[in-house]
Amino acid sequence: MNTVKTDSAASTVTDPVGSTSSRGTRVLGALSLVGIAFLIPLAFWWSPADSDQRDLVRIMYVHVPSAWLAYAAFTITAVGSAMYLWKRSLWWDLVAASAAEIGVLFCAIALFTGSIWGRPTWGTYWEWTDVRIVTTLVLLLMYIGYLALRRVAADPHQRSQRAAIVGLIGVLNIPIVRFSVDWWANRTLHQKATVQVGDTQIDGLMLFTLMFSLVVSTVLFAWMLVHRFRIAWLEEQVEAHGLEAALADRRAEAERGVDRAVGGAVS
Amino acid sequence: MWREARLVASKDLRIELRSRVGLGQVAPFAVLVLVLFGFALSGDTRTLRTYTGGLFWVTVLFSAVLAIQRAFSIESADGNRDALRMSGMEPAAIFLGKAAALVLQLLALEVVLGAAVLILYDPDLDSPGLIAATALVATVGVAAAGTIYGVLAAGLRVRETILPILLLPVLAPVLIGATRAFDDALGAAAVDGWNWLGLLALAASIYVAFGALAFGVLLEDS
Repeated sequence: MNTVKTDSAASTVTDPVGSTSSRGTRVLGALSLVGIAFLIPLAFWWSPADSDQRDLVRIMYVHVPSAWLAYAAFTITAVGSAMYLWKRSLWWDLVAASAAEIGVLFCAIALFTGSIWGRPTWGTYWEWTDVRIVTTLVLLLMYIGYLALRRVAADPHQRSQRAAIVGLIGVLNIPIVRFSVDWWANRTLHQKATVQVGDTQIDGLMLFTLMFSLVVSTVLFAWMLVHRFRIAWLEEQVEAHGLEAALADRRAEAERGVDRAVGGAVS
Repeated sequence: MWREARLVASKDLRIELRSRVGLGQVAPFAVLVLVLFGFALSGDTRTLRTYTGGLFWVTVLFSAVLAIQRAFSIESADGNRDALRMSGMEPAAIFLGKAAALVLQLLALEVVLGAAVLILYDPDLDSPGLIAATALVATVGVAAAGTIYGVLAAGLRVRETILPILLLPVLAPVLIGATRAFDDALGAAAVDGWNWLGLLALAASIYVAFGALAFGVLLEDS
């Protein structure tokens, strides 16, 4: 998979008007579209309402996949950071960066949908005693910092190196955050809800919808990640080639100017 | 290695002693924050007494950001980092030295703050031993993480704004742990403070180990 991505990224670079899509990503994109088109009626109409939560349960089909994607993305960022420090390849650095960006997006969606679900269910948008949401918020803030650091202009190698260190320490810190919040809050509202979902009591079609939403979101994530990575890769190329191109332009301009000047003197 | 670490620490402390920025600016700022908390909480003695631990540690974190910024901006201004690299000292020793200097500065700051808290918030001192141990261990954690992020941010133009957003979320567990341990020591909550001290020790040792390992990479690139 690695080599495929690198190759296609490289080939798009040689073709300046090429797009970031390839046959593989078109398939992924089409699959996600079809999946979403199928998921919407499934989530809103075909799957039954919950006996306790009524229609509120439907937010689960966005909330759970978002949370899953956020954690998956941050895991990829951690692996990418570690691999960068080991292999020193830009490829891993850009994978880490692309995943972090998508992770922040879905992490925010997960927190947002969680809190609008929490309002009618728990009677409050935010519940400090819930370990998961508090941990996830800290995590979100950590990765917003990571992205902010990446946006700071610097030599690419330095930027990657700093980002990799921050990515790694962030991951090492997750268990400590999780544990401390767990201990601190002591009681959790969230666990109960999960046990309920994990129970066999859950309606078959509901479970199917949830699993289906996880699959669709994973395909969508793969599609986004490949595109984001290719854009990042192209940006790197532009930066690397931009200077050379600008130099060549200037030189050509200067030569033309000299020609004109010489021509004027002769006539 | 320990000798080198001591050299770096004594260099940093000597700079601090001569410039007196910590004492002259950071400590007054910290006391000011305590006063502002007093205003924000309507000067209600009961509330202040209940939340003394948390307010104290939030103040320490904010002041630590200033102290860390200060410690590393002096270095980058004079290109001292390159000098450190060329000195041939082990990166781990440089890290330990800088972190140790920061620990001592922050502990001094906490003594000042602690005196101010005693006067302003009037907490009950149930367990001074737990307070001292918590302050020491939590400060090691703050200083170790602060040294990692401080050197990382030092070379950047946006260092003043990037440091807190990177450092403070990572220190969230230290804030929680130190606050809970203080709550126990000040009789503000029925929790086992010594357990929390264990968590703080775990966090601190992870930051110290990570910093000692990663500092070479950090020094070399920025």
